[in-house]
Parts: sequence; structure tokens; C-alpha cells
Amino acid sequence: MSDTPLLDATGVAKSFGAVKALTDAKLSLSEGQVVALMGANGAGKSTFVKILTGALKPTAGRVLIRGQEARVGSPAEARRSGLVPVYQEPSLIPDLSVADNLKLGDTPVAPFRAWLDELGIENLRLTDMIADLPLATLRILDLARALAAEPDVLLLDEMTAALPTNLVENVLKTVRARADAGMGVIYVSHRFTEISTLCDSATILRDGRTVGELPIEPGVEDRAVELMLGAKIDLGKRKAGAARLNTGTPRLSVQSVAAAPKLTDVSFDLYPGEVLGVVALEGQGQDELFDVLAGFAAPTAGTLAVDDRPVGFNHPADAIAEGITYVPGNRADALLSQRSVRENIALPFAARIANWGPLKRRYEKERVDYAIEKLQIDTRAQGEVQRLSGGNQQKVTIGRWIAKGVETLLLFDPTRGIDVRTKRQIYPLVRELAGQGAAILMYTSELEEIPLACDRCIVIFNGRVVDMIDAADADEQTLMRAAYGLTEAA
Amino acid sequence: MSNVTSDPVFTRAGRHLAQNPMIPLVVFLLVLVAALEIMRPGIVTPFRAGRDGIISTFWLGNLIKFAIPLAMLAACQVLTMLTAGIDLSVGIIATVAAFVCATLAGSLGTTPAVLIALLCGVTTGLVNGFGVGIVRVHPLIMTLGTGLIATGCLQVYQRLVINAGTEIPTFLSWLGTGRTLGMPNGLFVFIPFAAFILWLMRHTGFGRLLFALGSNENAARLSGVRGWQVYLALYALSGLIAAVAGLLYLGMIRQPSLSLANPLLLPSAAAAVIGGTSIFGGRGSYAGAIVGALILRVLDTMLTLLQMPEGARTALFGLIILAVTALYVRITGSR
Repeated sequence: MSDTPLLDATGVAKSFGAVKALTDAKLSLSEGQVVALMGANGAGKSTFVKILTGALKPTAGRVLIRGQEARVGSPAEARRSGLVPVYQEPSLIPDLSVADNLKLGDTPVAPFRAWLDELGIENLRLTDMIADLPLATLRILDLARALAAEPDVLLLDEMTAALPTNLVENVLKTVRARADAGMGVIYVSHRFTEISTLCDSATILRDGRTVGELPIEPGVEDRAVELMLGAKIDLGKRKAGAARLNTGTPRLSVQSVAAAPKLTDVSFDLYPGEVLGVVALEGQGQDELFDVLAGFAAPTAGTLAVDDRPVGFNHPADAIAEGITYVPGNRADALLSQRSVRENIALPFAARIANWGPLKRRYEKERVDYAIEKLQIDTRAQGEVQRLSGGNQQKVTIGRWIAKGVETLLLFDPTRGIDVRTKRQIYPLVRELAGQGAAILMYTSELEEIPLACDRCIVIFNGRVVDMIDAADADEQTLMRAAYGLTEAA
Repeated sequence: MSNVTSDPVFTRAGRHLAQNPMIPLVVFLLVLVAALEIMRPGIVTPFRAGRDGIISTFWLGNLIKFAIPLAMLAACQVLTMLTAGIDLSVGIIATVAAFVCATLAGSLGTTPAVLIALLCGVTTGLVNGFGVGIVRVHPLIMTLGTGLIATGCLQVYQRLVINAGTEIPTFLSWLGTGRTLGMPNGLFVFIPFAAFILWLMRHTGFGRLLFALGSNENAARLSGVRGWQVYLALYALSGLIAAVAGLLYLGMIRQPSLSLANPLLLPSAAAAVIGGTSIFGGRGSYAGAIVGALILRVLDTMLTLLQMPEGARTALFGLIILAVTALYVRITGSR
């Protein structure tokens, strides 16, 4: 075997307009090596993965495969050069049978079956429709298909998320065996336990650049967390007051709630006047949790109670009737992009049949003006919300509920992708609402926001609450460790 | 330099037109009328032909009279298109209402006959609304389906009443063919109707929800809007409007048949689209659709004057609709 690395990416950069997603990413992989690729939310992991697999073209840098410049222009070309990816979302066509999906990718059937047996999937018929199979099985099918293609480099992107433990074990064992036989593996994951059993080294990304390549050895977790954090922009300060004493009945009580596919068991109480933070790495079940609380999805287990009354939601309107309002993570989901700021903010006023009649212009204007002023929304682009900046659009989605009156507010990553100035406006606003008696649940992907806006936070890992931390103790190191499931208790 | 300055001016003009789509539409209508006058001098301006006034009230009244049922059915399309839907059953609903009214008026009297006719429209509309809002069938398929079912039911019904004969209520004849001050009496229905639709779209919670559902159904849901309620009410209203238009058309044509108002279906959708309503939802104007209906009527007159064979007329009609829509999109940069 030669010394040339199987895959060698250096100086990889990628810009989307003015946004630099990657500035200087590198990764090197030799035969028989398993490299973990790690990074906090927004570090540029997904962009880097997309470049390696040919889904995106880098703006600078190069990717060498076996010492040859890989002109990876498309996923198909990446496959031909020997790099096969397996993603978190299965890439199989739901309305075709297993056999037809194999034909589409020119996958030989015999080795595919052999790998399936090895991975522990039995009694699967090739005539089964993909749409009828459980998600966990689909992930394994994807992996078996990738292995059957006998790749030089296998890229696994969060593929063990929401897999049952026995299957995870099979996957790790099989992949390790293939690596020992000479295959190179890039393993994108948040899970230190898996990384330490499977990987030889970890490449850490932060703010679009590779900041470290660590060998896997005892104590690597602390070093990795430190590298992922780095220095952050100062977002302002909040005096950490005395910890709140929550007494009385909780506004919202969540008991052992589970929801497909990722939320397994979450319980907590949210009190009036409190901002409860939710800390989680991407895809730990927080999306499902907020969907359940907002009435978008029904839980598969567990109970919800508002002011000690059990409740069940079939529609967001039911949640709103209980005073629970939701600002989703994706602004495009919440806005009427072609309509005006006012119409967007006033939308909930017309929702109920009783309000289908003539608009109550004066009342509406009063409430909307109140929200616009409170949030300092820039209304110069009156005509269409889509012409506003991201920060102003986010203010509109929050302003909608401020105009209606806030009792319980669910904020899902309210500061994602908005400017620092707007962020600094949003934390005090959240505090003020809580000061007026609102109960606020806020998920954020930016850990430094927790001490700024929250009273305490729960940490969700792998679909469960693994920790509860007071704002006073919530320094980033602690939060990051907890988010990676590294707390002593876990 | 000239590029730098002229470009913003052009885009600004485009944006201005996008916000005021009525301007190019009305201009286009006037151009068509002028072209008609050139083709047949004296048809519009009576001082050559020796009729009354500056513009022939006879010609204008005729134009408006035949545009009214079309503009009413176009309201159905505008309202449903706002939610990214369409109502392909309006033609047959209008026909059913007219036929049912004409066959029952003799035996039951005018008022019950009219009420039953309107009920037919609302019922069909409710079925549409149930399919679209609750079962979530695509509006195109749903309304096509109910339209076909209604066509079949009408044929069965005709067998049953084959000996009953038909009678056109005098009230409908008066609305359909009578004139007041040279203008068609249909305006007594249409002006309040148009005012109601304009008010409904701009000044009611219901109208706002139509725009909201068409722009982003998810955002509406998030705000607590139960979409099915809106769809049910919307398609029921559309069915009712279609039935009213059918009764008016009956008074105008005075010859009920099994396909009376069917030919108005596609022009009604065309009038809405020409008038600036987006079939993708969230954008639309009823005033535009009214001008769109007038444009289609003038075009039809022109093609008749050219004495083209029927086939060529239909083909040219389609071509002109496409051209007008493409031009409109080009000017305003909207869909």
C-alpha cells in the first residue's frame, strides 16, 4: 500500500453570496482509517460534506482522491471516483420496491444481501416497497447498498441517529471491519461514545475552518469541546440574578412525551414568568418536541397539561386557544412573503370563524402598531415582507404573537441567521415578556444565548432530557459537554 | 451611464405597473375598442352612424350585458385562485341552475324555483369544499369530478321532466334583456355583486384568509387558521355565485339547454388570469377580472366581425389569451 492518502482535502472554501460557509477546511484520510468529522451547529459541517460528495462546488481549495485532483462535479462523479455517502435521510425512492431501487443505482444484488445479513436485517423481501419499511431499516438498506458498491471511501453522515442500539452496534462493527480491510471512512457524528469505539482520529471544524485533528485517546472529549467552542462574538451581558424560585402551578407541564421519529422521553415544567432554554445538538428530537407543543404533530406517548388541566392538540388552533403560540425555526414557514408587514402581524386576528366578517381596523391597527414599535420593525418596505432583512422578518413572526398577547411562547432558534444588532434586541424583549408573566420555551443553537436570555435550561440528547442547568452555571463549556451527553450522570 | 439611469427607471415603471395592474389592462381594452372602430367604422362612435351620444350606448350596453355572466363566473375563479385553487364546475353549475329554474318555474312558481336552483349551486359547492378542504383532493380534479357528476345528473333530470315544458320567469327576462337608460338591467344585480366581492376580498377576515392560504398555507395554519373551514365556505360561495350567474344568463338567452353556460367556463378562468390573478395563489384582483371579461367580449366581437370560420376563431381566441397573459407577466414581472 502506498503512502498517498486515500482522500486529501485542503484549503476548501465556499461562499454563498456574502456568506462564507467555509473558509479553510481540510481533511486527510488514509487507507484503513476512520476519521470523525465534528463541529458545533453552523460550523460548516454540512457544506464540507456536500463538497466532498460533489453536491456543491468549492469556491477555493482542492480535493485529491488517491493523489489525483478529483473533478468532483456531481454526486455521480464522486461515486465513480470511489467515494460513496450515506446520509441521515434515506436516499431511496419510496414508491419503488427494494429491487427497483437497487437497479437504479446499478447495485449488485448478491453482495447487497450479504451485507444486509451482516448488518442484522433479516426477512426482508426485495419486492417490498420502500414506503412500507421502517426508517431504521431504510438507513441500513442505504448502508448495505453503499457497501455493496465497494467504495474506497465511505462517508457516513449522522447515519446512526435514531437507530435502535443493536443496529448501531452492528453498524459500528461492520464499518470497523471494512476499515480494517483497507476502506477509508469519514464519520460525521455528535456522539462521542460511537466515535471513541469506531474512529482513529477526529477532525474538528469551527467557523468554517479546520481547527484541529485529534487522535482518539482518553480525554479527547474535553479537548474536542474546547476546540469546537473557540472565541465568540460578544453579544452583550445580562446580570445573572438570583435563581428563580418556581412555585405554584406550571403554565405548561410536559410528561414523558415521545414523538416519531426522534423524541423518546421528555418531561419538564414551564412556569409563568420564566424563560426555559432548550439545548440540543441538531436532530436530538427538539424539532418533534416543538411540533407537539405547537399542535402540529400528535405525540406517540406522554401527556401535556396547561395550568394543571390535561390537554391534547389536533391543530395549532387548539394550542393557540390554550395560549400557546409558536415561532418556528424556518421563517419561510411562518410568513406570507408577498403580503405586507401589517397583514402578516394581523393574520391570527382573522383565524376564527367569528372574525371572518368586517375587519376591526382600529383595534387591529392599535395592536399591530404596538408590536411594530415594541420590536422596532423597519416598515419602510411596507409592501412585501420578502423584501425585509432576515432580522426584520424574524421580528415580524415574533411581533404577530406580541400583537395578539403572549401567554406561552415557543421560540425555536429565534436568532438563527440574523444580525448581532437584532439579536441584542431580542434577548431583552424575551426577558421583558417573561417579566410580564409570560412563560417562554426557547430552543437555541447558540449556546452563549442561554445565560443571556434564560433562567434555566434543559438539555436534550438522543430524544431524552439528560440534564437541567441553571443559567448561573450555564457556561458554554458545561452546556457543550451536556449537549454531547458527557455529563457525569449520563 | 444611460444604462445606469434607464435601468432603475424601467424597473420602477415595471414595479409601478405591478402595483397598479389596472392601468395596462384598461389601456389594452381601449386599444381593442379603437381597433374595433377602425375595422367597422361607426360601431362604437355613433356620430358617423347617426346614433345617440359620443359613444353608442347600444353597443356599450350590449358589451356590458354579455360581459356580466362572464364576470360573475370570473369571480368564482378569482376567489378560488387566491387559494391556489380553481373551480371547473362553475359552467355546469350555472347550466343546472338555469335548467332547473326554467323547468320548475311553471309548476312551483318563480320563488321556489329560483331557491331550488340556488340550492343546487350551493350543494355542489359544498361537495367541492368537502373534497378540497377535508379530503384534500386537488381542486382541479375535485371540481372537474363534481362537474361531470352534475352533467350526468342533469341528463337524468331532463328525462324526468321531458314533458313539463319550460318557462322563463318574467323577472329573469327583465334582468336579462331589459334596459334602463340604455344600460342592461343586469347591472342591478351585478353592481351590488361586484361591490360585495371587492369588499369581501379587501375588508373582511375571510378575504384576508383567502390571500393567506394561497400565499403560505403553513403560515396560516401556524396562526390558527383551520383551512378546511375556509375551503368549505369558499367553494360553497363559488357554487352560489355560479348559480346566480346561471339564472341571469337564462334570462338573457331565454332558451334553456343542457349546455347553456358551459362555454363560459374557460373564458371565466381566462378573464381572471388576464385580470392579474395568479393561479399559484396569493395574488389577485376582482376589478382586473371585470376588465378581463370586457376584453374577452371585445375580442369575441372582433373575431366575429372578421367572419372567420369557427375553428380559426377558437384557435385565435386561445392564442390571444396566451399572448395577453405573457405580455402582462412580462410587463409586471409577476405570475
